Amino acid sequence: MTIQLNINGQSVAVSADPETPLLWVLRDELHLTGTKYGCGIAQCGACTVHVDGQAVRSCQAPVSSLAGMKITTIEGLNGAHPIQAAWVKHDVPQCGYCQSGQIMSAVALVAEKPHPTDADIDGAMAGNICRCGAYPRIRAAIKDAAGVAKA
Amino acid sequence: MNAILNKFVPSRREAMIGTVVVGGTLAVGACSPTQLMALGTPNTDFGAFGPFVKIAPDGAVTAVSKHIEFGQGTATGLAAIVAEEMDADWDSVKIELAPGNTKVYANTLMGVQGTGGSTAINEAWEQMRKAGAAARAMFVQAAAAQWNVSADQVVVKNGVVSGPGGKSATFAQLLPAAAKQTPPQDPKLKDPKDFTLIGTERVARKDSHAKSTGATTFTQDVYEPGMLTAVVAHSPRFGGKVKSFDGSAAKAVRGVVDVFQVPTGVAVVANGVYAARKGRDALKVEWDDSKAEKRSSDQILADYKKIASGATKEDWVKFDSKGEVGELSGADVSHFTYDFPYLAHATMEPMNCVASVNGNKAKLKFASQIPSLDQVNTALVVANLPGSVEIETLYAGGSFGRRATVDSDYVVECVHIAKHIGGGKPVKLVWTREDDMTGGKYRPLCHHDIQVKVGKDGYPVAWRHRVVIQSFMKGTAMESMGVKNGLDATTVEGVMGSPYLKAIAAVDCQVATPKSPVTTLWWRSVGATHTALAMEHTIDQLAAKAKIDPVEYRRTLYTRAGKDAARHLAVLNMAAEKAAWGTPCSDGYTRGVAVHESFGTLVANVAEVKMVDGEPKVRKAVSVVDCGVAVAPGQIRAQLEGGLCYGLSSALFGQITLKDGVVQQTNFDTYRVLRINEAPAIESYILPSANHPTGVGEPGTPVIIPAVANALLAAGKPATTSLPFVKG
Repeated sequence: MTIQLNINGQSVAVSADPETPLLWVLRDELHLTGTKYGCGIAQCGACTVHVDGQAVRSCQAPVSSLAGMKITTIEGLNGAHPIQAAWVKHDVPQCGYCQSGQIMSAVALVAEKPHPTDADIDGAMAGNICRCGAYPRIRAAIKDAAGVAKA
Repeated sequence: MNAILNKFVPSRREAMIGTVVVGGTLAVGACSPTQLMALGTPNTDFGAFGPFVKIAPDGAVTAVSKHIEFGQGTATGLAAIVAEEMDADWDSVKIELAPGNTKVYANTLMGVQGTGGSTAINEAWEQMRKAGAAARAMFVQAAAAQWNVSADQVVVKNGVVSGPGGKSATFAQLLPAAAKQTPPQDPKLKDPKDFTLIGTERVARKDSHAKSTGATTFTQDVYEPGMLTAVVAHSPRFGGKVKSFDGSAAKAVRGVVDVFQVPTGVAVVANGVYAARKGRDALKVEWDDSKAEKRSSDQILADYKKIASGATKEDWVKFDSKGEVGELSGADVSHFTYDFPYLAHATMEPMNCVASVNGNKAKLKFASQIPSLDQVNTALVVANLPGSVEIETLYAGGSFGRRATVDSDYVVECVHIAKHIGGGKPVKLVWTREDDMTGGKYRPLCHHDIQVKVGKDGYPVAWRHRVVIQSFMKGTAMESMGVKNGLDATTVEGVMGSPYLKAIAAVDCQVATPKSPVTTLWWRSVGATHTALAMEHTIDQLAAKAKIDPVEYRRTLYTRAGKDAARHLAVLNMAAEKAAWGTPCSDGYTRGVAVHESFGTLVANVAEVKMVDGEPKVRKAVSVVDCGVAVAPGQIRAQLEGGLCYGLSSALFGQITLKDGVVQQTNFDTYRVLRINEAPAIESYILPSANHPTGVGEPGTPVIIPAVANALLAAGKPATTSLPFVKG
């Protein structure tokens, strides 16, 4: 079936099985490769995108449920978000594979809580696994971007 | 990978490569491994500045990394070395990953093109310095000729060349003339005291921006015209084979293109991941388990314990033994045992590869960690020379050792599929998380059994150590390379060479390596993943028995060990000082200390730990490293932080278990890993050193494991006898 999606401000018609997770439409159909496959069961957060401003695991979101909703991927941030600048400043990425998802979760966090506490960061970011263990820098970068003094 | 790889004498390396190539279809006469691997490599014109330095018409310098970049920061570190000697403008320097080419990109310590054993900066230090210095010399020569001055009157700074009388030119302006110069064979290198970039905080990662915008291309991100996507149904048991399969339902799934058998299972090829997975779900396969591992991991461990106790006969190999240990019994003898589970690497990017095969021509595009072996193994499938296999190296979403295999498991699987498809059509093999987690190549399950006799002063006088562990070298093409006099050093490194054993008169160390179809592999820091706990937790238990402070206890042993332990003592002292060792720890937390060497790098950790809701909570950790000259301090600290988290993750939660031979953990819901709320605050310190640089990718990993166990011991908790800490 054909589904009309709104991705990064663009209207896109995709032809897919309605049950197809958004992740595979983004990647295999649209070649928006910033959104990563990590686990397929919403356990690792590598596939995190925004749907109407909320952080959502795209590997578990059937594409048919998203018609007309505002979908933003890492590409949609245009490299211009203060969280991204903080990521570069703190040299957060190591292998980098999880970082699109980490950044999308962090962006959603600071949108909702402009001055997150450690507990807020734990709560919002615990769904995103980083096997390289960049966690201390993720925490520091979020605080820096949010203008929260170092704990 | 392991330090062992860089210790082999050349003849052993030759024998190993000889086995690989001659054992296959490519019978080749005796020549060096590098020559063998390079057979069929087309001659490439690398340009005026050689294979490591490219300069664009605008003067921008690109440093080519012969090592894969999977997070360890090597590509940036190597570029910094080039830029330092070249006096290039660091901010505009770019990095690029080298393609497969054993002839020019071989690891100088391994003899093959490959990344591992934390060797990169260590092995390429001089090579990169020379590459940078030679390029610099060519600009100097060009300027001197143009300005009619002597070369020693020419100065280079930040990519700008200047001479007497205010003469000045950029790399871009001098490029045409510089490219015509003959590169000096032995360019003059800087005195390290004149370094302006190396060792400074300016050495920031070159890939941070791309990785923060989703722009980096990983293997998973490759899309090519006409590309197909493949998944493979693997045997649920190690050593199982396809008996028969029915692919009719799979073929009926929309988007599935083909279903066929490959040596490792049944491949489902489709026009995308979703269809390929759906096709595989519909596939019916009957497996032949006659040669498969059918034991549970509990049974394997029980078998190992029997071997250790002497109840079951097994071939034992001695190492580091001396003196007469004699009969070990009585109140002055303590017995320690440690059980370690299988561990999955669980990289964020599951294994994958893109291959196209046209006749006997193969092209690969993926995160190849040992291009030389991936070329050889591919060449055997397509019946061609290793060097003819094209490899475009991509960034890897982690490896921790997983992408460095002797048999190129997932690579060869992809090549078989691409060969079946044929016509040069690109095929992307995707391992799902479940395939990756159940796909083996684990840190081997193992058992340590230690008996120690102490003297009147409470310090050990006799040490008997038995290790039972599967060898991932024996029985592979690596055997002749990695096994010396029957000893696979990767199974015991860290016990072998321990400074504590040097301080003891009577030592009896032996290892047994039983076989299993379960596939095992190096896992970030390799032998140290288990030997660090076995040695360091034993030391703390001995110190507790002697009622001596663990830091003091180590100091005494290091002093007795002599100069070999001087670096251990130095990192221990710095860690103790930075962690305020000896002062009270607040809020019910206790401190634990540990020191371990791997790959020539020394690391000391002090952890603050408390049991919270039945799980050890690590609030803070101090990590100190001695890695010789610190090329990129920011990246060294990043590796200490990341390695510590990786090690802690395994210590707290990591375990792959088998039930009747079937892996029980399939994804992150059952294979628990460290999350941000469980990560400690980490303070990292680099011990100043002028020694030759050694690696930092792995050595930061294992030390936290005993540090946590020792902190719990200090809190009066029972000694740790098995990992992970959290069993559930």
